[in-house]
Amino acid sequence: MAEKLGREAAKHVAELAKLSFTDQELDQFVPQLEETMHLFDDLQQMDTTGVEPMYSPTTEVNGMREDVAEKSGQKEALLQNAPETKNGLIKVPAIIDESED
Amino acid sequence: MAFYDTDIEQLHAALVNKQVSASELTKAAFDQIKATDDQVQAFLALNEEAALKQAAAIDQAGIKDDQLLAGIPLAVKDNIVTKGLTTTAASKMLANFKPVYDATVVEKLAAAGVINVGKTNLDEFAMGSSTENSAFQTTKNPWDLTRVPGGSSGGSAAAVAAGDVLAALGTDTGGSIRQPASFTGVVGMKPTYGRVSRWGIIAFGSSFDQVGWLSRSVKDNAYLLEAIAGRDEHDLTSAKKEVPHFAANLAKADVKGLKIAVPKEYFGEGIDADVKEVVEAALKHYESLGAIIDEVSMPHTKYGIPAYYILASSEASSNLQRYDGIRYGFRAEDVKNLEDVYVRTRSEGFGAEVKRRIMLGTFSLSAGSYDAYFAKAAKVRRLIADDFTKVLADHDLIMGPTAVSTAFKVGEESSDPNKMYLNDLLTVTANMAGLPGMSIPAGFSKQNGLPVGLQIIGKAFDEQAVYDAGYVFEQTTDFHKQTPRLGGQN
Amino acid sequence: MNFETTIGLEVHVELKTKSKIYSPSPVSYGVAPNENTNVIDWGYPGVLPSLNKGVVRDGIMAGLALHAQISKHMHFDRKNYFYPDNPKAYQITQSETPIAHDGWIEIEVNGKKKKIGIAEMHIEEDAGKNTHTGQYSYVDLNRQGTPLIEIVSKPDIASPEEAVAYLEALRQRIQFTGISDVKMEEGSMRVDTNISVRPIGSDKFGTKTEMKNINSFNFVKNALEFEQKRHQAVILSGGKIVQETRRYDEPTKTTVSMRTKEGSDDYRYFPEPDLPPLEVADEWIEEIRGEMPQMPGERREHYVKDLGLTDYDAMVLTQTKEMADFFEAAVATGADAKRLANYLMNDVNSYLNDEHVDLQDTKLTPDHLAGMVKLIDNGTISSKMAKKVFAGIIDGEEPAAFAKAHGLVQMSDPAELQPIIDDVLDNNEQSIIDFKNGKDRAIGFLVGQIMKQTRGKANPKIVNQLLMKSLNAR
Repeated sequence: MAEKLGREAAKHVAELAKLSFTDQELDQFVPQLEETMHLFDDLQQMDTTGVEPMYSPTTEVNGMREDVAEKSGQKEALLQNAPETKNGLIKVPAIIDESED
Repeated sequence: MAFYDTDIEQLHAALVNKQVSASELTKAAFDQIKATDDQVQAFLALNEEAALKQAAAIDQAGIKDDQLLAGIPLAVKDNIVTKGLTTTAASKMLANFKPVYDATVVEKLAAAGVINVGKTNLDEFAMGSSTENSAFQTTKNPWDLTRVPGGSSGGSAAAVAAGDVLAALGTDTGGSIRQPASFTGVVGMKPTYGRVSRWGIIAFGSSFDQVGWLSRSVKDNAYLLEAIAGRDEHDLTSAKKEVPHFAANLAKADVKGLKIAVPKEYFGEGIDADVKEVVEAALKHYESLGAIIDEVSMPHTKYGIPAYYILASSEASSNLQRYDGIRYGFRAEDVKNLEDVYVRTRSEGFGAEVKRRIMLGTFSLSAGSYDAYFAKAAKVRRLIADDFTKVLADHDLIMGPTAVSTAFKVGEESSDPNKMYLNDLLTVTANMAGLPGMSIPAGFSKQNGLPVGLQIIGKAFDEQAVYDAGYVFEQTTDFHKQTPRLGGQN
Repeated sequence: MNFETTIGLEVHVELKTKSKIYSPSPVSYGVAPNENTNVIDWGYPGVLPSLNKGVVRDGIMAGLALHAQISKHMHFDRKNYFYPDNPKAYQITQSETPIAHDGWIEIEVNGKKKKIGIAEMHIEEDAGKNTHTGQYSYVDLNRQGTPLIEIVSKPDIASPEEAVAYLEALRQRIQFTGISDVKMEEGSMRVDTNISVRPIGSDKFGTKTEMKNINSFNFVKNALEFEQKRHQAVILSGGKIVQETRRYDEPTKTTVSMRTKEGSDDYRYFPEPDLPPLEVADEWIEEIRGEMPQMPGERREHYVKDLGLTDYDAMVLTQTKEMADFFEAAVATGADAKRLANYLMNDVNSYLNDEHVDLQDTKLTPDHLAGMVKLIDNGTISSKMAKKVFAGIIDGEEPAAFAKAHGLVQMSDPAELQPIIDDVLDNNEQSIIDFKNGKDRAIGFLVGQIMKQTRGKANPKIVNQLLMKSLNAR
């Protein structure tokens, strides 16, 4: 699995992560990332057949709270931290894509 | 006055007997910070006005015998949110961010009367091992100002090592409390995953992150963990386990007959000889006190770094998506549309290391990579945890070096991220398994005179055994009493 | 060429819990923008989700109502994507371990019954709302975190008619559990569809097209019918269906392709580390089963078998849980079931339609409706008077008191009626002659006169009896 990431794949990943890199940055980043992924090669050779993945060390189960509503009273403080607001709404430059509601 | 030759019990007694006031202690902390921080640069923000006001109020109310922590000045790592006090995670993204709520740990400390003197520097979003990844400043190691204090809790470690405060809060995702403790000659405890609430801790790797203390002594650390530990309904992963009286129980600490496992992999390739030498001497010391040292094998140790970097980066890539320039924090200027807000804000707001990890994590979770990377690493995590379970089934503790080296030079590794990642070799596995791990001062390198840490790893929720062993070592050695002479080389 | 159609439906249902799924903010509507939000809803640095037990309970109840298997072990997953109404840039949902799976509901189309399978059900959070005006969008996070259940059908639906029958049956069953309003017009029920067409005998499914958020059952039917024909035409002409998302355009009753960015839907699912796994105990499932209201099918059977209603009546009365509950409560007071059913189906339903309100929004109570029916049955009021009494009870009035206060009481006392009858007969000799000559019309005329004298208050039944007796005596 010693695949190389490559510039094109790196650009695709950057797109998913909403990051952009200049060509110069890519010159530096891509080899670094490829070297890190080289570290990962060791894992690929391991036999993990039948091993249950471990996503968290937590031993807690059934963490739930009762259905009780609580008003935060934080609205004004929250709006104050927003870069732009209008009439109690968070203001953002237009969404060009019209695929959602 | 520097907070060197004292501890919480002594300060508390002096406060109760009115030999000193909380205001005087708080002023002393700020005096020491002002005397050292131009060089050390441990603090991102000082909380002077509010701290002095709080101290005055505490003095006025008087400190009772059972208010052990009241009036004690301490510091807080800047990825722990403090209401009304700028919290940046050392990122341009949150340069002017004022939280509207307190982290649970901060709330608990405030209720106990602890005085927060300020927020300490870190690697941006706690990603790094040197504190050089801070967007604002590079913290220096008080033992040698040309060297790093380790990271990511480097600001907290340096503040304690410089005598600014007796202890400071840190967070540890892959070694971020223990490695800087080792580099700066202080005590650093990462508790069991779930022991301390993560509510208000700016998330990096949610299944790894834990809050803990960097302190001058084991006992102080034990007192302070008691104060912040316990179930919190805001964090459903926090454990419904009783919190022992860690510090009081130290009176019974004994290492006679203690079964200590020493994994041979912790002394293998990549670990500096001077570090090994100090740690081996420390183990001999335990043996001389009656402990049984047993060499064991933890064969999956070497897979810790790759598995950790895949899993923690994957979680981070998701946790850091909320920094998008819409609801709070930095937004890039002159943005034309939504895509612009996202891409430019994130590209300008995050530093290089954070971007690298976001890229690694995003890649590891993306279609076509998930099974080979994320899922594979999660399986390896299980194998690493199983290594611990096996060894701890017939041993009380595991010991070895905390870090692969002593503090390195500023700039020495920052240009090579992959070299930097190897710093975490000996610490990440405890985070993978969620176990408690502590670094205590074990001696000094014969090569460069810098501090070396001994790492003690215990069973889940058995911080007591870790503290006990550390306490006995501390009581029978005087490495922890050594202090750096700031401004010059040792 | 003959074709067969395969339709899949993904339905989102909004729950009416008091608080949100992962934060204690209230779930309510019609409040000022961002009023019902807190640091969790805004995805603030350092916040953690706090799972609402009520949502898990409702999810299990929905699973039971749809005959599904409840998962004993489950966890949550993150679905990652950027959008202004999605504050964490991930949605906490369930992808690997649905709360329930492998259920079914029965539908009936053209008299034929069929079981439609339900593949999976997930509990998850809703997003906030964006509004767009010109160069800017505005975000309101009140809806962020509202609990949803996503219900994914198996590919068992073979026609647009079946799709609508499935949606109706689904809406009804969920509505009867009481966990959701399931109103498409208010967005508490939302429908995504996918459809594919293949020649009969083909062993592979055709290429799917999807349509999201269609907002009425009618539109779903129209959209699927259009797509079905479009697919068939494309295949017949030798063309290829493109896998894509399309939008239903109501004015033209057609569907149009929506350009979506390629590769933008890599959601990078992974297990949510901030929420511990759930282990659902059998005892809890049984407890919830015990709390579940009766489903419409069982109720219909009871109405027909035990109360003597027609299938049609039973169907109308089980359109909503509120109507069925109301009916049953009224029947429980001992009033006549058939008459109650008629009032609910006619007077009450037309009132609700005219006023655009739900039964539970009116002041009408089962006791009052039953009381009015009893007044009719015991002759205290006439059906005609009942119309006026109804206007009173719909506004919360007590029927007997209202009738009395408004003089809406029939004259049923023979001692009171006989003199009036005698008087009318005395003044209408010709009618008596007509009656004797076998002209039945005369009776109608005489009754009319008596009613006129009593200003319509005479009890017609008693009047008839007394009149016949008096006529025969003359």
